[in-house]
Amino acid sequence: MSDSPRHTALDAVHRALGATMTDFAGWEMPLRYGSERDEHNAVRTRAGLFDLSHMGEITVTGPQAGELLDRALVGHLSAVPVGRARYTMICEESGGILDDLIVYRLGTEEYLVVANAANAGVVLDALTERRDGFGLPEAAVRDDRDAYALLAVQGPASPGILASLTDADLDGLKYYAGLPGTVAGVETLIARTGYTGEDGFELFVAPGDAETLWSALTEAGADAGLVPCGLSCRDTLRLEAGMPLYGHELSRRTTPFDAGLGRVVKFDKPGDFVGRAALEEAARKAAENPPRKLVGLVAAGRRVPRAGYAVVGADGAVIGEVSSGAPSPTLGKPIAMAYVDAGHAAPGTEGVAVDIRGTHEPYEVVALPFYRRER
Amino acid sequence: MSNPQQLRYSKEHEWLSATEDGVATVGITEHAAGALGDVVFVQLPEVGDTVTAGEPCGELESTKSVSDLYAPVSGEITEVNQDVVDDPALVNSAPFEGGWLFRVRVTEEPEELLSADEYTAFTGE
Repeated sequence: MSDSPRHTALDAVHRALGATMTDFAGWEMPLRYGSERDEHNAVRTRAGLFDLSHMGEITVTGPQAGELLDRALVGHLSAVPVGRARYTMICEESGGILDDLIVYRLGTEEYLVVANAANAGVVLDALTERRDGFGLPEAAVRDDRDAYALLAVQGPASPGILASLTDADLDGLKYYAGLPGTVAGVETLIARTGYTGEDGFELFVAPGDAETLWSALTEAGADAGLVPCGLSCRDTLRLEAGMPLYGHELSRRTTPFDAGLGRVVKFDKPGDFVGRAALEEAARKAAENPPRKLVGLVAAGRRVPRAGYAVVGADGAVIGEVSSGAPSPTLGKPIAMAYVDAGHAAPGTEGVAVDIRGTHEPYEVVALPFYRRER
Repeated sequence: MSNPQQLRYSKEHEWLSATEDGVATVGITEHAAGALGDVVFVQLPEVGDTVTAGEPCGELESTKSVSDLYAPVSGEITEVNQDVVDDPALVNSAPFEGGWLFRVRVTEEPEELLSADEYTAFTGE
């Protein structure tokens, strides 16, 4: 693979908008267009438009597609109705997380697996190897990374904006559902998913149609206050919503149970799956004697915790580590997700602080998420 | 963006006003503020502190990163901008005006401070 960065189909649009670009998993992506705080607030109160074309799409088709996914992933994908989606994970035999995924069931024998940009190759290889290892020749695993551009319109105004561009039945489209439709004359897989804590849609289109769709959404959303949004505010939005990020809350060193996401592991599905034995052990340990738990931290002061900073207890001893931290535009204070010793994980635990470059800044332990939208 | 002609600039992206009665005002440039993103916290030296040209004397936190604040000259801090401590966004909205950071009684100026035109060339804008 070349070291030169990859560019999405919307690259020229971003540059014309004056975006600050950043390298992200080998892609040059918009970090922000103006103020990341304004972009964040736009998504919370109006609408934001994102280019997420760096995400990795893998299509799995054929009579054995469902069986492959049931055995390769921790979820029960063959039980997902056509038109619905599931948040799931792919784990190693040891239970460590290879990636977290959203899987859309597009047809009885067709699934779209969406992986994180940095892990798309890993997931593609794992699915292919597992298919061969299980002896499931009637499950085709196809690399569709170049087949899709992905746009997301997120925020309370997003249903109205999208409705003005499509005849698709958005009212009938539930959260975590997806259906093919036409948006602004463009063939689109319309999914009611996102990573912001708001209502919104993710729109999968052919790369050649991405600019058309971006322009149409920009125009349709102008009166509603829609603004283009970069990866910087995507990170603060997902952090407020308590959503994990691979490489921060999730990694090969953590199991879904370590991250408090054991509910995605479906032990009651039929048959074996990769990681089952290790995950059963992880589930038992998490229930009986968890070493560390993922918690929320809210600052009393204004200094911002960063990933990797130590969390300390009242006596100054290290009790954990920050996995993600940022100033929260919605709360007006710095927040963090952190793995802390179970004895210090209860909301309201006294004396917890984050070591910010040598200074112990007081933090309150809270339950996740920090922010939940009103429905 | 335009860098005010009457100021001098460091390669660490601080600006320095003309010295009056031995005291100069220091801030960070619009270029630096733009690169940082939204500034959410500033830690400034305290009045009476001695700072050394080219050495860190504070911190600037933005959404995504934390950066050292360097002293462009050596001297003693005579005043810090409490407004910017209370509202760090001033660094972004008015980097050359209300977003100034501190005043310093200059004891030594390094030779490599840049003019506005030299700084503009240095940042490639």
